[in-house]
Amino acid sequence: MNDIILSSATIGVVISLLAYELGAWMKKKFRSGIFNPLMISIVLTIIFLLAFGIEYENYNAGAKYLSYLLTPATVSLSIPLYMKLDLLKKHLWAILGGILSGVLSGMVCILALAAAFGLSHEQYVTLLPKSITTAIGIGIAEEYGGVAAITVAVIIITGVLGNMTAEFVCRTFGIKYAVSRGLAIGTASHAIGTGKAIEMGETEGAMSGLAIAVAGLMTVAAAGVFSAFL
Amino acid sequence: MKYLKQLLIIFLATCIGEMMRFFIPLPIPAGIYGMVIMLLALITGIVKLENVKETGEFLIEIMPVMFIPPAVGLIDTWGLLSDIFVPVIVITVISTFVVMIVTGKLTDLLLSRSKGGADIE
Repeated sequence: MNDIILSSATIGVVISLLAYELGAWMKKKFRSGIFNPLMISIVLTIIFLLAFGIEYENYNAGAKYLSYLLTPATVSLSIPLYMKLDLLKKHLWAILGGILSGVLSGMVCILALAAAFGLSHEQYVTLLPKSITTAIGIGIAEEYGGVAAITVAVIIITGVLGNMTAEFVCRTFGIKYAVSRGLAIGTASHAIGTGKAIEMGETEGAMSGLAIAVAGLMTVAAAGVFSAFL
Repeated sequence: MKYLKQLLIIFLATCIGEMMRFFIPLPIPAGIYGMVIMLLALITGIVKLENVKETGEFLIEIMPVMFIPPAVGLIDTWGLLSDIFVPVIVITVISTFVVMIVTGKLTDLLLSRSKGGADIE
């Protein structure tokens, strides 16, 4: 089976896209937020690989070309932001203040819980950059002595969780403005959450994209202070 | 030729971002540099919206599937994670909600207080 998978440069992409389509179909069919297409596609793909004994490395030999598009897609997030530039200019300080509050509260929360669970310093700094985009998170984890591979895993879990629960959280806690919802999603769950913000609306998408960059940079600065604890 | 030009501009901005990543010794990824470059190019009019719009929107629309391969990679890192799985999941879930709620509610508050808060959707 691994030979068959390796013989095709596109099969990893086909499996991934097909799994996502199935997830989207289930969401439509059952009309429930629990059926998150991204979560379903990840689970289905993992089941498929385990069921046929396919090595991750062999699947990823083709599937990596999907992830290859991530950097140009991140660059493209400037396009919806540009289209909402008037909002950014007008509410600049509220936007920066909102993102900063999220970054700091996240780190305080991780510090308090890490202490409560009796985690080691290494485990604590591994979790510290969990809400930001992978490329920055890996850098922070390595800089302060965390385990980058676990940081990546936790960043992905955070993103998928944000993607799954964003609509529920915004509704339950009555987050009023589209700008606030977008910033909340992007600050808490980076690009994976942003996928959901884009579905919710143009303003949400633009602000979530902005929050990825701003929260990422603020986290770099704040991690210098927070890494000194525990 | 519309898509060709759009693809060229987006990849060019990405490429400039990657070069900046290489030359600037800061932990800032290429995508963030590229995002800033593209935003500045749009604001200054060096790049027109119509020359990046459709291809950019296509890439953004398909962005969720780009996370499937690294997320499936969890099967390889599971060994590292399984020992501390319970605290990690509890911390992840609580802190993600805290960040989302604090950011959303505080931005709401700041927007309501600022002048012209009423005209935001």
